[in-house]
Amino acid sequence: MTAASLPLAAAPGARRPARRVLPGFNITLGYTLLYLSLIVLIPLSALVFKTLSLTWPQFWEAVASPRVLASYRLTFGASLIAALVNVVFGLLVAWVLVRYSFPGKKIVDALVDLPFALPTAVAGISLTALLADNGWVGQYFAPLGIQLAFNPNGVVIALIFIGLPFVVRTVQPVLEDTEKELEEAASSLGATRWQIFWRVIFPSIAPALLTGFAMAFARAVGEYGSVIFIAGNMPMVSEITPLIIISKLEQYDYAGATAVATVMLLISFILLLVINGLQAWQRQRSGGAMA
Amino acid sequence: MSVVRTEAPWVRRTLIAIALVFMALFLVLPLAAVFTEALRKGWEAYWEALKEPDAWAAIRLTLITAAVAVPLNLVFGVAAAWAVAKFEFRGKAFLTTLIDLPFSVSPVVAGLIYVLVFGAQGWLGPWLAEHDIKIVFAVPGIILATVFVTFPFIARELIPLMQAQGNEEEQAAQVLGATGWQTFWHVTLPNIKWGLIYGVILCNARAMGEFGAVSVVSGHIRGQTNTMPLHVEVLYNEYQSVAAFAVASLLALLALVTLVIKTVAEWRMERELKALAELPPERPRHDTAVAAGAQA
Repeated sequence: MTAASLPLAAAPGARRPARRVLPGFNITLGYTLLYLSLIVLIPLSALVFKTLSLTWPQFWEAVASPRVLASYRLTFGASLIAALVNVVFGLLVAWVLVRYSFPGKKIVDALVDLPFALPTAVAGISLTALLADNGWVGQYFAPLGIQLAFNPNGVVIALIFIGLPFVVRTVQPVLEDTEKELEEAASSLGATRWQIFWRVIFPSIAPALLTGFAMAFARAVGEYGSVIFIAGNMPMVSEITPLIIISKLEQYDYAGATAVATVMLLISFILLLVINGLQAWQRQRSGGAMA
Repeated sequence: MSVVRTEAPWVRRTLIAIALVFMALFLVLPLAAVFTEALRKGWEAYWEALKEPDAWAAIRLTLITAAVAVPLNLVFGVAAAWAVAKFEFRGKAFLTTLIDLPFSVSPVVAGLIYVLVFGAQGWLGPWLAEHDIKIVFAVPGIILATVFVTFPFIARELIPLMQAQGNEEEQAAQVLGATGWQTFWHVTLPNIKWGLIYGVILCNARAMGEFGAVSVVSGHIRGQTNTMPLHVEVLYNEYQSVAAFAVASLLALLALVTLVIKTVAEWRMERELKALAELPPERPRHDTAVAAGAQA
């Protein structure tokens, strides 16, 4: 503990007592680690231990049965489509908010965070009411033979709603910081607006865009509340993986639920590492630009 | 901006129009639908739905849950931010990643892990049954699951803010003889006030609105272990649409209030950070630190 609390930057001989003049390091770090262990790490390890107590055939049967495989296809497919839609429209919304001025801009800006603030169950029943065949929006699609709710379409729409703020909020600050000088230089060298966007602006916001994409995707994969109302939840067709965990639990199949949850947890870990890597890349980029 | 050749006016207008239509369809319409559906049968039916005892029990449970979960995560958030932002130590980046972990875990998985620890077949299940303590499928489980899903909110808001503000003011207070608590109350807290409010308000919104995690650990007992979002689900599945949307409208109002407070907090934070950046580097706000030290 004492070794770990030494300042990293202090080279031997070069003492910098001023760095450790503030009190409270041991108690705050100790409390942080204790609370983190009690709330997050120990309960999560219960999942790992429970999984390790399963035999391999038990585990495999739980995580690779046709119904579960179909749920992975839906969950990841719908999350991917929703995140891609969010990249396009998230970038557009961020661009419009940063570059242009129009009446009501501040309200629009605040509204972007609505999906963070609105409880998912509320979003779920509201989107269902809108998109059902007799709903405000659904009634215009039903005559065309397009069903928006109670099938995978509904899942994608709910996930677009959930993921939008992630892309806007990661791209917006980077877009605000892009250097106007570079655009001016490109412009004076005769580049068209479109060339400037692709060659100058896009490369500088690409890391942020990818980070936003990964965050929206990660959130969509685990999403439950907004999706179950609109999905219809038909086995093999519109049943998402988190719902598989719930239905296994309701049948007291704790082993099966745990196995599927472990697969989801592993995927979350991988996505978290990818997002961390992307953010480090983004910081490096913006750090380099400032120097 | 004036020097840079910007897009032609028609391009600009088209882009703004597409963005606004997208926002209207995906954000405004669902919000409007909640209130319209709730009031479909008039104000009377709306009030009837909200006066129902089960609805009241759900509101009460939601308030209790947030009243316990938010302060717990507030204390943790401040402690974690103090340790991470004010000191250098090995494994700091790893610790920050672990603090963020609950955000990337599916809410359903978050609920499940508490069932595995406290449930009848879980680690502590037999012991809890022997002592007649109920955690899962009861209120403590709901609170625990809520604490888990809202775990990082306040910490991750405070860490970058406190890192940006540096240690100079606190060090000055220390040199002037302030104790650790005095330094925190009179120097650090005023600086992070708006960031703290921002974190608390988002943490509260999620705590009151959490559905997936709470759904797993709640026994779905009407009037006892149903929070507002769970009560919305029950009513909706019973085809009591107006009642479901009436309770949902309260949650939508909470979301709107959250957005307003959040926006104000953001403006204030920006203004303070800007003021901080504009100070000459030779004199990094020692006068305030001195004043605070003298006060202490």
